[in-house]
Parts: sequence; structure tokens; C-alpha cells
Amino acid sequence: MKRLLALLPLVLGVILVQILATYTGKQFYLTQITMAAYYSLLIIGLCVLMGYAGQISLGHAGFFAIGGYLSAALTTRNLVVIKSAGWVRLLDACGFLQGGKDSYGGDLLVVTPWASAIFAVLVAALIAVVIGIPVLKLKGHYLAMATLGFGIIIYRLALASPWLGQADGIAGVPPFVVLPGLVVRGDAADRVQNYYIAWGVLLLGLFLLLNLIQSRVGRALRAIHGSEEAADAMGVDIARFKLQSFVLSAIFAAIAGVLLTHFNGGIGPSEAGVMKSVRFVAIVAVGGMAHLWGALIMGVALNFLSLRGVFGSYDDAVFGLILIVIMLFAPNGILNLLASPKKGKVNPAQSETRQEV
Amino acid sequence: MTAELFVQYLFAGITYGSIYAIVAIGFNIIYNTTGIINFAQGEFVMLGGMIAISLLPLLPLPLAIGVAVAVTMLIGALMEMIFIRWLKNPSVLRMIIITIGISILTREAAIHIWGENIRALPYFVGNEISTISILGARISPQVLWVVGVCGVMVVFLHLFFQATSVGREMRACAANRMAAILCGINPRNMVTLSFVLSAGMGALAGCVMSPITYSQYDMGTGLAIKGFTVAILGGLGNSGGAVAAGLLLGAIEAFSVSVVPLAFKDAISIAILLLILFVRPHGIFGSAEAARLKTF
Repeated sequence: MKRLLALLPLVLGVILVQILATYTGKQFYLTQITMAAYYSLLIIGLCVLMGYAGQISLGHAGFFAIGGYLSAALTTRNLVVIKSAGWVRLLDACGFLQGGKDSYGGDLLVVTPWASAIFAVLVAALIAVVIGIPVLKLKGHYLAMATLGFGIIIYRLALASPWLGQADGIAGVPPFVVLPGLVVRGDAADRVQNYYIAWGVLLLGLFLLLNLIQSRVGRALRAIHGSEEAADAMGVDIARFKLQSFVLSAIFAAIAGVLLTHFNGGIGPSEAGVMKSVRFVAIVAVGGMAHLWGALIMGVALNFLSLRGVFGSYDDAVFGLILIVIMLFAPNGILNLLASPKKGKVNPAQSETRQEV
Repeated sequence: MTAELFVQYLFAGITYGSIYAIVAIGFNIIYNTTGIINFAQGEFVMLGGMIAISLLPLLPLPLAIGVAVAVTMLIGALMEMIFIRWLKNPSVLRMIIITIGISILTREAAIHIWGENIRALPYFVGNEISTISILGARISPQVLWVVGVCGVMVVFLHLFFQATSVGREMRACAANRMAAILCGINPRNMVTLSFVLSAGMGALAGCVMSPITYSQYDMGTGLAIKGFTVAILGGLGNSGGAVAAGLLLGAIEAFSVSVVPLAFKDAISIAILLLILFVRPHGIFGSAEAARLKTF
């Protein structure tokens, strides 16, 4: 209950922003905040992996893209021509398919958004397990390069696969009816509704993660970050906890990918690009590594500014500069810099100075 | 596959392989003196090619390349002095993120200076259609330039590290930093020098490869990850292994084109990287014993 109350100021702030935006007639800001909130969902997941478990990932845009691309591909692929095939009829019988009309009036038979979303997130989780088991044995540069390599493979596959639209990506992704009356789509009429859906999902994610890091799992993760050997000696199953946090962050990334793709009505290969992954790492670093609130606030703020085009053609350069400046002068994030550092206070992020990652 | 086609693919493999080997040796030089993997390694190759292309209207080709290499070396020294020199005991994670940031800034500077256009230096000898015939395969004379220059660089580097006193000082810092300090060597200067060396090598490789592979602002990331693959494959820090592994990866890539679509070429070499990291992180030419002593 106490933790729920801690979210209250944020909830009030969210409502205040919506009221202000509506009152001043600047509702279009809500669209970018909605998108920024979905990116932040990925970022708080990555924050648990990087800040608490201490494992860097330069490939999380890959998991975002797996979620987004799979749900986009499934909900736009027309199965009408093969509707008599056995597996298509089986899917139909299970209620996984929905009919409709395309813009030329032709018949349409596609996978429902719910079924494709669940499938996409499950696939992302499965890939995270398969990749995570060998990758998380690596440390430092090796882990960074391996995850970077994973991200580039996903990017290349998206760019090279005709069924993923190659350089054009996939457009015309249908709206996602989450519940009757709750629709994830980018129409101006649904702005306010989608703003609250995105924040609802993000706050739910934040609440879950805040609970997680206060629990036994969270303490185990911080122990792993501090020293893997010591954690191992204390009986922490380090391989399992590292894998769990990796898979959890991949699931968060995939959910963000699914929802943002439905909101935007499409996805392109740039969402899988290396620069996106680096940007997520930069935001977690700015937020203070082991700081979920910092990651969330910085995630929403920086993504919002970036989506508004404030940085112009220097968008990527700004994030590169942020990375360097933060790592050079404030490796524990700017929020920790503002709050004057108390001596003797042990912050998980401060064990950063160790040689192990 | 006919014998001619085989030789043709082999030469393509050797060309790319020697570039990868040079990037990998660049990684090794910096890794040996600092324990850092410089994620901005590929950017040196891009800078060398781009600067030489920009200088070409003003200077003759050999001079343009020379100045481009010198400027890139200066940039390498500045990178080290501004971002790395004054950090005390930085963690691996911090260094990874800083060098990634440097690579992004370099790339963004490049796109604002040179734009997104693909550029190229002219062929050193002849033009794009002149070929020479070796064992029935027809290859461009530029291929010989690439292989020759890379070979000469590797030999010079070996001599530098073995026979000159500066080279020996650098190796001393790599082997035991404290002992090197006690012998009166300034390890910070050696670190700067390692950045200068690997920047210069990367830039020269970027110039000789430019006529064949072209230069573009974003070529660095791909080269860096392949160079890293090669460095790992050959055993991190082992330059002889890097040459062998570079040629191997180049050949695998070249022959893979005959089996799978071109678009998947990069995915294959990265899949090899992942496989090697999972199975033999100390590389096929490196020793597991030595690897255990390093901080991975």
C-alpha cells in the first residue's frame, strides 16, 4: 500500500499534464508523451538488468523490434487465400483470427492483435532465454559486443526479409482493442485515451519492478552486481537470476514494441537500429543506473524532447554527448549528483567503480 | 564451383580479411596497453578515407593519404587525452559506454561534415575496369594494394614492438604496468601512443580500401564489430592470430555469398562472433590459460 502511495504524485502529475494540454489546446503533445511512455517501459526494464543485475545490453532495441515486427507482420498478413489450409482453420476455430475488409473492399483474414501480441511477447521471451543462457556467462566487453551483435542481427534480418517489409517496414497495422472501449491507435480522437493507456501500462510496469527490487530477487540481483563471486558464495543462483532479469527486461521491451507499433500503425527497421539500443543505455545511465524513478523520468523527458524534434539533426549526437558527459562526470547519474552524496551511504550504482560488470 | 570462381572468391575474402585484421590489430594495440576495447575503432577507418577524399582536390593522392593518416592520428591522440587520460580506475562498463559515445560523436560529426553520400578515392593504379589475371581469376590491382599495404603494416608493427625501445616500453606497460612505472616509463604516454598507432593503422587501411569498398559516414560500426570478431577469434591481444583469423573470416564471408543472399552476409559474421564467444571466448588461436588471467 505504501508503495502504491509513492506512485501517487506521479499519477497526479500525469493527470495534471493531460488537463493542462487539453485546456491550452495543445493536445498534440500527448501523442509524443504516449510514445515516450512506451519507450520508457523498455527503459525501466533495461534499468533492472543494467543497474541492479549489472549486465549491460546493447541489443534491447532487438527485443523491441521482435515484439513490434511480429505483431505487425501477423496482424497485417492476409490469410484469405490460404484460408482452407488446416492450420489456418485451426487458428480460426481457436478464435485467433478476425475478418475484415481492406481499403479496396477485398476480404481480409488476419490474426487478432491480442493473439499476435501474446505470440510476439512469448517469442521475444523465448529468444531471450536462448540468447541469454550463453550470453550472460560473458562479462564486460564480451557481453557488450555479444548483445550488440544480437541487435545488429535483428536489424539485418528486418532489413533483409521481404515479409518484414525490408527498408520500408510494415505499415497499416490495425488498432489494438485491448478491452471493449480501450483501443490502442494513433487517431487524434483517441489521444487522451491512449495517453492514459500508455501511462497505465508504464505505471503498472514500474510498480511491478519497484516491488521486485525490494524483494528477495532484488537483493540477490544487487548482490550479483556487487560481486558475483561473493553472491555465489552466499548461495545466490547467479546464472538463474541474471537470466530472469534478462528475460524480464526483454518481455518489457517486447510489450513496448507491440503497443507502440499498434499506436503508430506501423514499424520500420530504424526501431531495431544500434543507435536505438545505445540511446536506451544512455537514458538508463542518465537516470542513475540503479534508479528506476530516474530511468522513468529521464526516459519520458528525453524521448519526448527527441520526438518533438528539439535536437534537430543532432538527435543522435545529443545522446552520444549525454553518454560521454554522464560517464565522465557523473557515473551515478545526475539525480544522484543533485542530491548531495552522503558519505558512507552504499548505493548499488557506486559499486560501479569495480572492475567487474 | 569452378577453380576460377574459387580463386575469385578467395581474393575477395583476402581483401576484406586484411581490412578486418588491421581493425582487429588496432583493437589489440589499445587493449594491450589499457585493457579497454575501443568501440570507436571503426571510426578511424572511416575518418582516414573521408579526410583523404576531401584533401584530394588540393593535394596529390599519396600526400592526401599521408595527411589524412596524420590528421587521424592526431584525432586519436585527442580522443585519448580528452576522454580517457585523466580517469582514475574507470570500470569496464564506464569505458565501454564512453568509447561508444566517442564513436557516435565521431559519426555524427562525419555526417554533418561530409553528408550521407557514399564517396571513394580513385584507384591508385588504373581504374575500376582494369584487371590483372591470377590463376584464371580477374582481380583489380587495388586488391594487391590493400593486401600489400596491410601486410607491410603488420610487419612494421611487429618490428616496432620487437626492435625499437618505444615499442618495448609499450609492451612493458602491457605486461606489468607497475613494473614499467618503476623502470621510468610513463604509462599514460604509452596509452596515448597506442591510440595514435591504432588510429594511424586504421586510417591507412581506410584509404587503401576506399576505392573498392567506398567510404561512408556509418561504415565504422560494421567494421568495428567484424574487427572485434577477428580479434576474439585470433585471441584478444594476439596480433599474429588476428591476421590468420581476419583472413579466415574474410574467406567465410566471401564464400557465404555463394550460398546465402548478400543481405545476410553481416548476420553470418556476427553469428560467428556469437558462436565463438559462447564456445571459445579465448579464441581459436588464444590460450584458455592466458584468458583466465584477463578481466573479461
